[in-house]
Amino acid sequence: MLSFVYRSPIVRHDYADPYLAGVGLGVVLLAAFAITGHGLGASGAFGTTAAGTVAAIAPRYASGNPYFARYLQSPGGPWRAWLLFEVAGMCAGGFVSAAMAGRLRREVERGAGVSARSRLATAAGGGAIMGLGAVLARGCTSGLALTGGALLSVGSWAFMLCAFASAYGVAPMLKRSWR
Amino acid sequence: MSDLVIAVAIGLAFGFAIERAGLGSARKLTGQFFLTDLTVFKVMFTAIVTAMLGTFWLGRLGILDLALLSIPDTYLGAQVAGGLIFGAGFALAGLCPGTSCVAAASGRLDGAAVAGGLFAGVLVTGLFFAPLQRFYESGAHGAWTLPQLLDLPYGIVVFGVVVVALAGFVAAERIEART
Repeated sequence: MLSFVYRSPIVRHDYADPYLAGVGLGVVLLAAFAITGHGLGASGAFGTTAAGTVAAIAPRYASGNPYFARYLQSPGGPWRAWLLFEVAGMCAGGFVSAAMAGRLRREVERGAGVSARSRLATAAGGGAIMGLGAVLARGCTSGLALTGGALLSVGSWAFMLCAFASAYGVAPMLKRSWR
Repeated sequence: MSDLVIAVAIGLAFGFAIERAGLGSARKLTGQFFLTDLTVFKVMFTAIVTAMLGTFWLGRLGILDLALLSIPDTYLGAQVAGGLIFGAGFALAGLCPGTSCVAAASGRLDGAAVAGGLFAGVLVTGLFFAPLQRFYESGAHGAWTLPQLLDLPYGIVVFGVVVVALAGFVAAERIEART
């Protein structure tokens, strides 16, 4: 159990057992339910950042846009959103875990036959497509699939099944790039 | 204020668990779609089952008032379409919104590229939200759950998800042993 939390930073260590890590993640989710009444999230932080950015440039336009207005009207405004702070914590948590396991490394993770530039372009393009999907679905793998999955929300399960089915449909075209 | 401290603390634990599991690595995540590394499935479903069982039993024992939990609302059409789009972006990017932040925090520049793309995708979708709004609001079912959909008791559906997850874990181990 201790090895889940701490390992010597001198060598790069293997990742934790997936079932053990899954239980850990599940306990975090359960704690979020018990403490806050809602679960985890990620894409909402991007939504509130986008809303705050647009509002800083064109405040009247932003408050008239129904998608951005929702974030702007939340208590404290877009820069005090719960999810923004949760995602900031998430980055810190990821950093701490990677540092403790000796896994901090500046790199572009990619397949052997792919240039760094091409991988970064694919990453950004895939991210943009996910942005559209997450806005439409009102969430992503964290806020919809994980959170709503545990609460047995029909929309969450529909989203999760469709997302995985679609990813499996696209994956064969990408296999070469990860060799 | 303390609300946001809790947000950071929960985020820390969330990010830590994701990095421990290896889900800050696009190579590991895409292994799910090529059926070479099923860590994503194992971690996600262990987390869902853990949080689902915890919620169910804490509710049954009267420790947690389940009526206070906000279940993600179902908008069936938008979530099916959003899921299909999201899944394609996920396979392309190799990371989802939450894992892209953790990847970036551990030094991976492709993680930062996914996060940048996500921001752009959410921003542009927000700017062109008006024509999407009717579809976005369509198929609204509110907090609709699987027990309501299937007309089965909560406990039976929880048990069913556990059985499906356990069968999935057995299948996942067999698939990994094959490759």
